[in-house]
Amino acid sequence: MAEMEKIVEDTAVELLRIAATELPTEYIEVMNRGLEETEGDVGKSQLRNILENIDIARKGSKPMCQDTGIVAFMAKVGNGFPLRSKLKEVLVNATRRATKEVPLRPNAVDMFKGNTRDNVGLNGHVPIIYIDLVPGDGLELVAMPKGGGSTNVAAHRMLKPGLGLKGVKQFVIEAVTNAGSLGCPPYFVGVGIGGGEDYCMILAKKALLRPFGVRSPDPNIAAIEAELLEKVNELGIGAMGLGEGPTALDLHIEMAARHPASLPVGVVISCWALRHARATISKEGKVEIDKSA
Amino acid sequence: MEYHLKTPVPEAEIRKLKMGDLVYVTGTVITARDEAHLKALELHEKGEEPPVDFSGVGIFHCGPIMQKVDSEWTVVAAGPTTSARMEIFQDRFIEMFRPAVIIGKGGMGDRTAKACQDFGCVYGAFTGGAALLAARGIKKVKDVFWLEELGMPECLWVYETEDFGPMIVTIDTHGNNMTQNVDKQVRARMDKILAEMEG
Repeated sequence: MAEMEKIVEDTAVELLRIAATELPTEYIEVMNRGLEETEGDVGKSQLRNILENIDIARKGSKPMCQDTGIVAFMAKVGNGFPLRSKLKEVLVNATRRATKEVPLRPNAVDMFKGNTRDNVGLNGHVPIIYIDLVPGDGLELVAMPKGGGSTNVAAHRMLKPGLGLKGVKQFVIEAVTNAGSLGCPPYFVGVGIGGGEDYCMILAKKALLRPFGVRSPDPNIAAIEAELLEKVNELGIGAMGLGEGPTALDLHIEMAARHPASLPVGVVISCWALRHARATISKEGKVEIDKSA
Repeated sequence: MEYHLKTPVPEAEIRKLKMGDLVYVTGTVITARDEAHLKALELHEKGEEPPVDFSGVGIFHCGPIMQKVDSEWTVVAAGPTTSARMEIFQDRFIEMFRPAVIIGKGGMGDRTAKACQDFGCVYGAFTGGAALLAARGIKKVKDVFWLEELGMPECLWVYETEDFGPMIVTIDTHGNNMTQNVDKQVRARMDKILAEMEG
């Protein structure tokens, strides 16, 4: 058991390091394409700076952005996986270690006592940990640190159900418009629909983690994703909000059933640095790391 | 046009800059975010002065990652933070302390633009997230103030820089504001898209 705790902790530290320092190649490719298609020196310069910065980060194993975010972990724990209630403690320890070892910027602030200095606090809430129990014997772990700039432009609204999907689409376009230059575009957009006032936001955040360019398996939702991605790019916010280059690189929607009287919509936006890394750990402790988008 | 500024930058040089120009800053650049702005202004209002002179230098909206190597502070990553948060007091800060360049990302609003015009300051947009490009222009950490009290992201880091940049001037002293111009166009497009949207 102690050995498995160490394996999971080491893996979580490594995932935080990868997330902070290496951007998935799919994102780099789409920004390179964006650079080729961008007319205008201002937009080109912003994309070039981003790409050069990503390159320096990977080569030097340094955080690509000084805002290494609030740390979140998404864990899918198999029935037969030996580590259960200890998992949380292990992930908290990993966060403390990564803060020193990567290093990550201390980003957890106690409103009364100031910065906690180790990215942990308060009352067991940060790092944010989502745990799903799933069939099987393994653990799937995703580390997703998210910066403050793009976190601040998230949007949430309880729409009148009578506004329907048109209302949802309009709200998403308004949310991206309001994000404007503030959250380091080009953006990735996650949309959560239904499920309740809290759950739509979680769906929106998790939507960001669907692999790049993959549309929803539901053709109705997939069509809305394609339509909204096109429309938000028509807004012309551009790289860094300077009006040139892509506004959004991808857009994913996750949907749950809603209460008859409610139509909750959450929009969670990521900056160009959609940082995450994924690993699976077998019950024997074999670790496989997945750096893809 | 491209300009290589040296701090302290004379006001006349700042007033030459126009929206869209590229600038690099050599000399002193000091990080200051929400808490540092507040604290500096509070001190000034009490008749006391902040521990470092902000006049003619670059004020960098940045909460860096710093590391102590052999008892010397070094920069790991130092990109710009969202400047809009400082809009509520940037104008007073410019008036009180007369910095030459406000460096950040995402642009700022009317109050800051007016203070830039009135007191001879520009806003230089650095590419958001490009923390290692920014770190490359920082040659030395000259000083740090308020570290214990405000913590690593919020305290004042005094950097010696060499060709720190490039920043795009998005607010100049002539009343121009590039980010706001884009935002107006974006909102007009949004209105059109929403009006044409089908169910």
